Amino acid sequence: MKEAWRGFVEGTWKREVDVRDFIQKNYNNYDGDESFLSNISPKTKVIWDKCSQLLKEELKNHVLDIDVDHMSGINNFEAGYIDKDNEVIVGLQTDAPLKRIVNPYGGIRMVYQELDAYGYKLNSDVLKYFNEFRKTHNQGVFDAYTGDIRKARHVGLLTGLPDAYGRGRIIGDYRRIALYGIDFLMESKKDEWDNKLIGPLTEELIHLREDVSMQYRALDDIKKMASKYGFDISKPAVNAKEAIQWTYFGYLAAIKENNGAAMSLGRVDAFFDIYIKRDIEEGTLNEEDAQELIDQFVIKLRIARHLRTPEYDELFSGDPTWVTCSIGGIGEDGRSLVTKTSYRILHTLTNLDPAPEPNLTILWSDKLPESFKKYCASMSIKTDAIQYENDEIMRPIYGDDYAIACCVSAMRVGKDMQFFGARCNLAKALLYSINGGIDEVKGDKVIDGFEIMDDEVLDYDKVKASYFKMLERVAEIYANAMNVIHYMHDKYAYEAGQMALHDTDVHRFMAYGVAGLSVVADSLSAIKYAKVKPIRGENKVTTGFDIEGDFPKYGNDDDRVDNIAKEILDKIYKELASHKPYRDAEPTLSVLTITSNVVYGSKTGATPDGRLAGVPFAPGANPMHERDCSGALASLNSVAKLDYASCCRDGISNTFSIVPSTLGATDEERIDNLVSVLDGYFIQGAHHLNVNVLNREMLIDAMENPDKYPLLTIRVSGYAVRFNRLTRKQQEEVIARTFHSKM
Amino acid sequence: MLGSIDSIETFGLVDGPGIRTVVFLSGCKLRCKYCHNPETWKMGKLNMTAEELAKKIIRNKPYFKRNSGGVTFSGGEPLLQSDFIIQVCKILKKEEIHIALDTAGVGNGNYEELLSYIDLVLLDIKHVTRDGYLELTGRTIDEFLEFLEICKKMNKKIWIRQVIVPGVMDNDSYITKLAALVKTIPNVERIDFLPYHKLGDSKYVKLGIENPYLNKEAMNQEKCSLLYQEFLKKIKDFS
Repeated sequence: MKEAWRGFVEGTWKREVDVRDFIQKNYNNYDGDESFLSNISPKTKVIWDKCSQLLKEELKNHVLDIDVDHMSGINNFEAGYIDKDNEVIVGLQTDAPLKRIVNPYGGIRMVYQELDAYGYKLNSDVLKYFNEFRKTHNQGVFDAYTGDIRKARHVGLLTGLPDAYGRGRIIGDYRRIALYGIDFLMESKKDEWDNKLIGPLTEELIHLREDVSMQYRALDDIKKMASKYGFDISKPAVNAKEAIQWTYFGYLAAIKENNGAAMSLGRVDAFFDIYIKRDIEEGTLNEEDAQELIDQFVIKLRIARHLRTPEYDELFSGDPTWVTCSIGGIGEDGRSLVTKTSYRILHTLTNLDPAPEPNLTILWSDKLPESFKKYCASMSIKTDAIQYENDEIMRPIYGDDYAIACCVSAMRVGKDMQFFGARCNLAKALLYSINGGIDEVKGDKVIDGFEIMDDEVLDYDKVKASYFKMLERVAEIYANAMNVIHYMHDKYAYEAGQMALHDTDVHRFMAYGVAGLSVVADSLSAIKYAKVKPIRGENKVTTGFDIEGDFPKYGNDDDRVDNIAKEILDKIYKELASHKPYRDAEPTLSVLTITSNVVYGSKTGATPDGRLAGVPFAPGANPMHERDCSGALASLNSVAKLDYASCCRDGISNTFSIVPSTLGATDEERIDNLVSVLDGYFIQGAHHLNVNVLNREMLIDAMENPDKYPLLTIRVSGYAVRFNRLTRKQQEEVIARTFHSKM
Repeated sequence: MLGSIDSIETFGLVDGPGIRTVVFLSGCKLRCKYCHNPETWKMGKLNMTAEELAKKIIRNKPYFKRNSGGVTFSGGEPLLQSDFIIQVCKILKKEEIHIALDTAGVGNGNYEELLSYIDLVLLDIKHVTRDGYLELTGRTIDEFLEFLEICKKMNKKIWIRQVIVPGVMDNDSYITKLAALVKTIPNVERIDFLPYHKLGDSKYVKLGIENPYLNKEAMNQEKCSLLYQEFLKKIKDFS
């Protein structure tokens, strides 16, 4: 350890696993501008050119290749390279770039669909033995699901549940491998298993002992996997190259073992910067080398892949992996956590092309250094590849070493994990409360105990009372489903490699979510302030609504309707939190749809706000398309009212598109104005903002002529995506969104 | 006290510095041939109290912090509702909000008190000659000159805005006269040429008002920029 830790400031981090303490004692914040950055190195250029070529080929068939002989696992694949001589950071998921892994532990049926879709067949031995000897997460879930849950799933009241694929949204503290080496981590786990996890062996303790044993073996697997690439990671990293490489091996193990929807990276900027700075000071590294390490690390993150079904693509379009990388923020002592490496990571958008992954997430505070704010804004304007989240509201809850998983889910790195829960459809629930629990699309009775409301004109108090009662029922079904899913996921598809890089007494969140918030808020507002008459079909279920008169719409900074949105969130959260969660998890709520707002909309009938059947919802917490007509700030102000700290702690996603000419006449003005928007929005306590600075006409052109815009990247809802990888329906939805422009 | 507000834009980035809330007040005495907001000519219903309007503006205060963002009173002609705006300004000044006034200088007089609250005047020069002004706006230039005198006397900070209509202002003689006029104003911080555009045409159809510039072409933007360069030279020559 002596050589590896030379020159580092002492702290508790030397005696126990405490990466935060190491960072705080050793990092140097940087308040300067981007002028120190280096261009792409010749080696990186070779690697990236090769990757770009492969990515082009991949785009043609959607997948480049699939390994059908080996199953997912930390150490189940031979070493693979892009171009060994020019790679300064190594390690691929399989033995070749972009070759995807089959992960059968979530559900084997899903694997068949995935392989079928691309004309592949599983190795017959694997097929035989896996089916004979192994039960999957998916089978476990369906052994325990109730009839209510199945019905809610079938009609799309609950959608996107991780009951047939990996739950993801777990961030291992991959930095621990670099700082301590694998052996130290294994010894710590063993010590806990031997000396702390003893006593009366309750079900809870047995479970934990089994977990820790699996974690211990997983750490050993990570070590063996790294040794295939010629590295001994049993000891800590001695320089920047090793620190980045060791950390990457940790992440690589995670994406070899798991195929969760979101496999996020965590927070590495200040951590890496400590090593880079030491090397530069020792004269063993220069700025070009440092950038080369970061560029090549980022290339590896960009080519992470998971095998998905076409149905999955429809839900989460564009092959996202959510390698979310949290950057910046402010420390608890008030020092900025922006380092030169924060810049180096963002600079990959210039050195390589703009790209959707890693999902670059700025932890924003009005206290960030001015030049960093401006640099972020300028990169946003150039690339549309960055999202922003409010450090000032997250730090008081999660401290200063948290990171974002997926789009908006904050967790303390290595100390918290979450049970991902997708979302329930608030708009469908509203229709159920009017239609006596009968699904308006499928005609099935989904929820018992409700009468069809046959009033000629809907009465606000009556609808609201019925809706809130309905939300109680929905919450009950949803909470039950989540408990089943995560019990089975732990049992059949446990993420041992990622959990090995967490504290053993990890804190767990039960992460619920909602979709259709703006539809419901506007619907209730219409019922309250206008005259809404249901149009009913043969079985008395609504097919549409006649609306007489105008009504306040969410997205115009109008408390009359914005308060309805808040009230709905309070109610559903309170109901969800009233159920006992698996493993004593802490319930949280997100307002986030990712791109599933399109599928949710297609499964939901006409709503009382005037939205027609099948029309997409607005994404996340966004106001409905083109209804936020009082200007950009009024739209932002409405979303900013939703309560993060006491209600939606798993995040409130907002995607904001603005026309370049509206943002200002010159580059300098545009940058300044975007910084003003971000400061103004976040000072009010808002949580998240995706920023797109682009013209609708360009998107329409890109939809018709995809070849003209191969690199066009846009932010959708919590992630960025290459526009040409969205489904046509999703492209149309993005184009239908409000683009804030001059009157 | 009540005012007549046509509309509010919360994200104005071209009517003064920084991010601005732009309040479009109803009513205008001028009938400029190139007007692109004819819907604001008539004084509408009195629809908002000073307190209500101030509250809406203050709501956007978090966005004003950088680059002197704030509120811009525009129209229509805000000087037709001076007393109302004064009431609003009294509340805004307690919040230290930057206040700009976008005006053609043709209102109901008694401007000193209002101007004492104004941090920046966006002064719309319609036309520099007596005949041209009458021809373009339907009124004499005297009221404008009177307002300008008061601004000069109070040494108000001014941004000049000149719409350039092809065939009317896009000539050497005009910009020479304009430069001469601008030179007499002490505290001009910025001058913008705004090329005449056709975006307001549909409003005339919708409102059923005859559009005097129906057949007028839009001003070429490049030509407008060249003209601006010429203008800057003239300004220099004067000094």
